[in-house]
Amino acid sequence: MTTSFDFEKPIADLLQQIEKVQQIAEKTKVDMSGTLEELNQQLNTTREQIYSNLTGWQKVQISRHPERPYTLQYIEMMCQDFIELHGDRTVKDDKAIVGGFASIGGQTVMVIGHQKGTNTKLRQFRNFGMANPEGYRKALRLMKLAEKFNKPVITLIDTPGAFPGLEAEERGQGEAIARNLLEMSVLRVPVICVVIGEGASGGALGIGIGDKVLMLEHSWYSVISPENCSAILWRTWDFKERAAECLKLTADDMLKNRLIDGIIPEPLGGAHYNPAMMGGILKERILNELAELKNKDIDTVVTERINKFCAMGVVVE
Amino acid sequence: MQPYSIEMAWFKRDKKGIITSTQDKKEAPDGIWNKCPQCKKPLHYAEQVENNYVCHYCNFHLRIGSAEYFALLFDNNEYTELYGNLMSADPLNFVDTKKYTERIIDSIAKTGLKDAIRAAHGKIKGQDIVIACMDFNFIGGSMGSVVGEKIARSINYCIENKVPFLLISKSGGARMMEAAFSLMQMAKTAAKLALLSRAKIPYISLLTDPTTGGVTASYAMLGDINIAEPEALIGFAGPRVIKETIKKDLPKGFQTSEFVLEHGFLDFIVDRREMKNRIASFISLMNN
Repeated sequence: MTTSFDFEKPIADLLQQIEKVQQIAEKTKVDMSGTLEELNQQLNTTREQIYSNLTGWQKVQISRHPERPYTLQYIEMMCQDFIELHGDRTVKDDKAIVGGFASIGGQTVMVIGHQKGTNTKLRQFRNFGMANPEGYRKALRLMKLAEKFNKPVITLIDTPGAFPGLEAEERGQGEAIARNLLEMSVLRVPVICVVIGEGASGGALGIGIGDKVLMLEHSWYSVISPENCSAILWRTWDFKERAAECLKLTADDMLKNRLIDGIIPEPLGGAHYNPAMMGGILKERILNELAELKNKDIDTVVTERINKFCAMGVVVE
Repeated sequence: MQPYSIEMAWFKRDKKGIITSTQDKKEAPDGIWNKCPQCKKPLHYAEQVENNYVCHYCNFHLRIGSAEYFALLFDNNEYTELYGNLMSADPLNFVDTKKYTERIIDSIAKTGLKDAIRAAHGKIKGQDIVIACMDFNFIGGSMGSVVGEKIARSINYCIENKVPFLLISKSGGARMMEAAFSLMQMAKTAAKLALLSRAKIPYISLLTDPTTGGVTASYAMLGDINIAEPEALIGFAGPRVIKETIKKDLPKGFQTSEFVLEHGFLDFIVDRREMKNRIASFISLMNN
């Protein structure tokens, strides 16, 4: 692992120890398998301990881990015959949102998701997963295509927010997101949305209206990133940990507040620790949800989707 | 030169000091005069009201609240307020520099409003209309659960009673103290508007200064017609954030109503003094 967090220090220490023992064993040809096994066991328990008691801010950090799988990697792990489709037919092709038809477990679906880059150059190419209006309009075009051919839609959400740029404003960032919210709420095919990393604000919600909105265990979803929340409410970035707690942005909190429909567990150590296993878990869950949704007629599905979102919010009468 | 010897009687004081007793003192009430924020010229309150809160020197549209918009648009200022009892809860026990519950109580005391939106049913030039109007004075016109719920219920009311809907936006965006609850109001209002659209009931979205963030990215941009007051700030991201992102100065007039109209996201800009006529005639065209 190239990136580890402060809170993973005990894990890093153990890994270092294991490495040392291995080196010694190799050099001296002494059998150290007993010690190694003990250390590995210790590593597992430490990892379990740390990962079952993560704070909001720690989850935000994990959700941004550079080795976490992104949309295209999930598609590769879960689907066959992916045909990527490009362009919004108006302005250009947004690289921060990808999508296309693919086959999952033998059935055709439309998969759409935010895409981040895996190295510095690609991160810039993908605009760090921050979509412009074209991205949301491409997503809507693909969803309408799916609706036309009666194929379910799966969206994978992972964005630090919609891009706050000059051209984005000129081309109607607000309108593009708003239009998607309206159209997705009445789309006449099943829609499953999964927050796989960062779920920041309107940029996330813009492809996030579904019959099942799920979150990976260490992802986050809220109205604003903790840093920006801190900047606005405390006028400094120093309160980001506190903001992360206040925003109740973890999957557990979101489920408790009934703002999402379920949580998908991640492998111990996070999705980046075992991407293949994560891909398997996600695929199985999506297939289960699809099977459930396919049993209902589409009018019921759409009505339930609208009613679900309309029930969100807490007021005093 | 002759020495000046005339006694300058008019400079002489007969009575010394201030002798008017406090209770006889005549005071100009506060707020009778204020300054136009744009041209800085003094405006008299009565003239402002008469001119629909538009500066008669430079046509600047002063920021007003739901009471003023209702008076401006409803015939004889007669209307029935809808869902006026809704108030914010504190589902997340949010505390920043102040408790959210205290913030709400203070805002209610300061503004006399229950939350950042009011809705009412009345008539505009004899035709039925439901108007929901945001109040910027209430925590920056931020959209929390109450704003979403009131809009949702107003839309239900419009569908049931077949009445056109006018929504006047004036907001900095989502209410951070309700975090994801606030975010989901975007989804909720958009879903309701889909139903209003299906029922083929006209929806006019009027954007006023300022309309930004989650409000722009949901109901404000979803009107059958989107209209705006002149020179209002309208955008998704705030100008400061954009400036920091692109590290360049923003062009003059960026994110104004005129800019948004030019880029194709508004149908027209309406002067406040013409507003009632224009809206009433649109509704009349739809009704007949």
